[in-house]
Amino acid sequence: MKKIAWVILLGTAMSAGWLTPGIASADTSEIILMAHDSFSVGKAVVAEFENRHHVRLRFLKAGDTGAMLNQAILSKNNPMADVLFGVDNTFLSRALAADMFIPYRSPHLGDIPDELKLDPSYRLLPVDYGDVCLNYDRKWFAAKGLAPPARLEDLTTPAYSGLTVVENPATSSPGLAFLLATVGHFGRDGYLNFWKELRDGNVQVTASWKKAYWGSFSAASKGDRPIVVSYASSPAAEVHFADKLMEQSPTAAVVQKGTAFRQIEFVGILRGTKKADMARKLVDFMLERTFQEDIPLQMFVFPANKTAVLPAVFVKHARVAEHPVFVSPQDIAAHREEWIEAWTETVLR
Amino acid sequence: MKNISSKYYVLLAGLPLAYLAIFYFYPLIKIFTVSFLPDEAWGPGNLKKLVTSGIYLRTLWFTTWQAVVSTVLTLLLALPGAYVFARYQFRGKELLRSFTTVPFVLPTVVVAAAFHSLLGPHGLVNAVLMKFFNLISPPVAVDQTIALILIAHVFYNYTVVVRIVGGYWSRLEPGLTESAKMLGASPAKVFFKVTLPLLSPAIMAASLLVFIFCFSSFGVILILGGPRFATIEVEIYRQAIHLFNLPMAAALSLVQILFTFALMWVYTQLQRSRSMALKPESRAVTQKKIDSGVDRLILATNVGFMILFLGLPMMSLIIQSVATETGVSLGFYRALFENATESVFFVPPADAVFYSLGFSLAALLIALSLGVPAAVFLAGPANRLRSVLDPLFMLPLSTSAVTLGFGFILALDKPPLNLRTSPMLVPLAHTLVAFPFVVRSLLPALRSIPPKLREAAALLGAGPWKVWRTVDLPILGRALVVGAVFAFTISLGEFGATVFVARPQTPTMPLAIYRFLGQPGAVNYGQAMAMSSILMLVSATGFMFIEKFRVTHGGEF
Repeated sequence: MKKIAWVILLGTAMSAGWLTPGIASADTSEIILMAHDSFSVGKAVVAEFENRHHVRLRFLKAGDTGAMLNQAILSKNNPMADVLFGVDNTFLSRALAADMFIPYRSPHLGDIPDELKLDPSYRLLPVDYGDVCLNYDRKWFAAKGLAPPARLEDLTTPAYSGLTVVENPATSSPGLAFLLATVGHFGRDGYLNFWKELRDGNVQVTASWKKAYWGSFSAASKGDRPIVVSYASSPAAEVHFADKLMEQSPTAAVVQKGTAFRQIEFVGILRGTKKADMARKLVDFMLERTFQEDIPLQMFVFPANKTAVLPAVFVKHARVAEHPVFVSPQDIAAHREEWIEAWTETVLR
Repeated sequence: MKNISSKYYVLLAGLPLAYLAIFYFYPLIKIFTVSFLPDEAWGPGNLKKLVTSGIYLRTLWFTTWQAVVSTVLTLLLALPGAYVFARYQFRGKELLRSFTTVPFVLPTVVVAAAFHSLLGPHGLVNAVLMKFFNLISPPVAVDQTIALILIAHVFYNYTVVVRIVGGYWSRLEPGLTESAKMLGASPAKVFFKVTLPLLSPAIMAASLLVFIFCFSSFGVILILGGPRFATIEVEIYRQAIHLFNLPMAAALSLVQILFTFALMWVYTQLQRSRSMALKPESRAVTQKKIDSGVDRLILATNVGFMILFLGLPMMSLIIQSVATETGVSLGFYRALFENATESVFFVPPADAVFYSLGFSLAALLIALSLGVPAAVFLAGPANRLRSVLDPLFMLPLSTSAVTLGFGFILALDKPPLNLRTSPMLVPLAHTLVAFPFVVRSLLPALRSIPPKLREAAALLGAGPWKVWRTVDLPILGRALVVGAVFAFTISLGEFGATVFVARPQTPTMPLAIYRFLGQPGAVNYGQAMAMSSILMLVSATGFMFIEKFRVTHGGEF
């Protein structure tokens, strides 16, 4: 019995120890950034911001983008953070409609290309972008003597039957981005026809990017699909995270005109913040070179600021889509459910 | 006498009820109110689909039948295992028992990877079969089929049956079966006429838990079954997160909760009438050494099954964690300790282990301190309050993590409950799903205590507390360990709710694994496998540790 009492004491002490630092404070020397689960930033970069403004930067991660945005909307009258990062262009209209951001025209907007600025009211400012596109297994195509895909139309030709794995747009954000690429490329009347042919060509559908990339893609797993829907920067990650040095990535991205969809991620100041001044400083900082140059190797996407210098592995192995397919955030908001439902009916049922 | 104890009993129910009221019902009511009251952001207009579209009825049907089949399969495969643990003494038994519990904590993505490397088109099983039978194409094609869902459900829940039924079985006196044998009954007849009826409370308790788990299955369906299959839980997630249809998600949650409540009510009524008082026996009486060929065969078959079925997938994870491009090495394990990207979110794996263990220990303690009084209360004489509270205590088990996570955001936003950003939210949320396990593990044991024992103690002048301490507690020892192991395990492996409530600086092991899997590159994958292997090792050690704390006084128990 003594042993048990000891364990109980230990456990209580441990839980009590955590309780104290966790309670959110209204401390003025602290600012909270809410972000999705894939957000990452370097230690040195955070330290630079904290030292410059004598403030502590805290982070609140809240699941994937959809889950985070939902939580932010639910708590908009009593927000959990001061600044929100990670709303992308597929969620943009939804986020703006909830009326939970305050506008801010950062002086750094001049360094950001106009095509990334999708919110004319300046409530959500672009921070980074990444192109969702097809990736293929170089070795597999070389060994088969088959030309790698160059257009979306290639995927439905007989030679490519059974080669592709895609993510379910209803449960995966690259999956949704790729569906939007097909909507934009084939038009609202043509995309379902493409998907029907793809289904007849034995396309594999997975619930998540993880399952597609790590479970089915032949270049990254024991899977048998040499074509996967991923990002144009994934080949750079393959090189960066390889367990030995390599000259060329084992994978390549398809970036030809009309094959990719550009995901742009935005930052905004939450309306309920009591630290609007510091929030603006944080937004400025996230658009400045220090933060922007840290983005590629932290999150494997491209910085929005065009003056930011890219790391060597990005320059060499990451690609930018040449003319990504464009679908407006308004269209996405209005038709998202309809397109996903139609896709589900066509491909899965 | 009866009046005094019923007063105590009601007090006992107060603590768990208060906890559920604050951390379960209040957040749920908040989220339902927001979802169903028309507002500028959320309107109930989309709800019409729930009844007009056949999709949701089909989803409910699929959810139910796959759960029934999974439960039956798990019972069939795990009952022999429970027998082995209950009746035999053999070397390495504790280790084997801990080992069978490990699958329960593994994240679905990791299990998916394990099954894939085992049963996939290029997996081990297919490779062996193709070589052996000279086949050109892989004979086993289970990926993204209902078969893989069922296999995974058995893989995850095997231990539930082994622990609950095995723990109960080990206390049954063999005298009854011996007498039946002596009177000339065949072994089959003894099993179906004597053993099975005696075991039925434990079997029902275990089946119920397995059923609820499979009924609200999320990761297994989404990741192993693929997008063609959807349970209600998967549909809730899809509606809430990707279609922004919060009213629909809330309505589906409500359907799931009501369905579970109805089911649970029937079950608890049934179980109450079935349970019977037994004279609990010590292990020395109920367990025998292996001395005949039949014993050896039974033991070997079951241990073999456990090692093949549960062990091979886990083995393949360990193999992947040491297989680097340059051969076998601990490179991925070393990489776990390096902050290659200098990320501010880098948490050394040792810390993730520490946080996981700490959260699980806290959840275990809260769950036990709520579960013990709840179970003692429920074990009392039947009345209307009990028949409502019994199923009520089980509800958190089948409530969607997304719905509850959103409810927390709305409900816990003001002092003194301003816990939205507190790390304490993790063990608090884990307790909700761990506590029903404690109740279910304790109840069959509590009900099997002969009332005469208690009455005798009371007659001799012992107060209710003393009666409980000297009569109930010693008998409960093993059931308490079972409950504790489950509370601990559930907390260690919990992912769905954790992703909502965990803070980036205090990640759990499953969260760390998900982070690694979120980026391409061989090292990230290797690190995820290395971290999974550590999770397996830590949980196995944790279970052995808990078993060591078995209440030791009162003879065997």
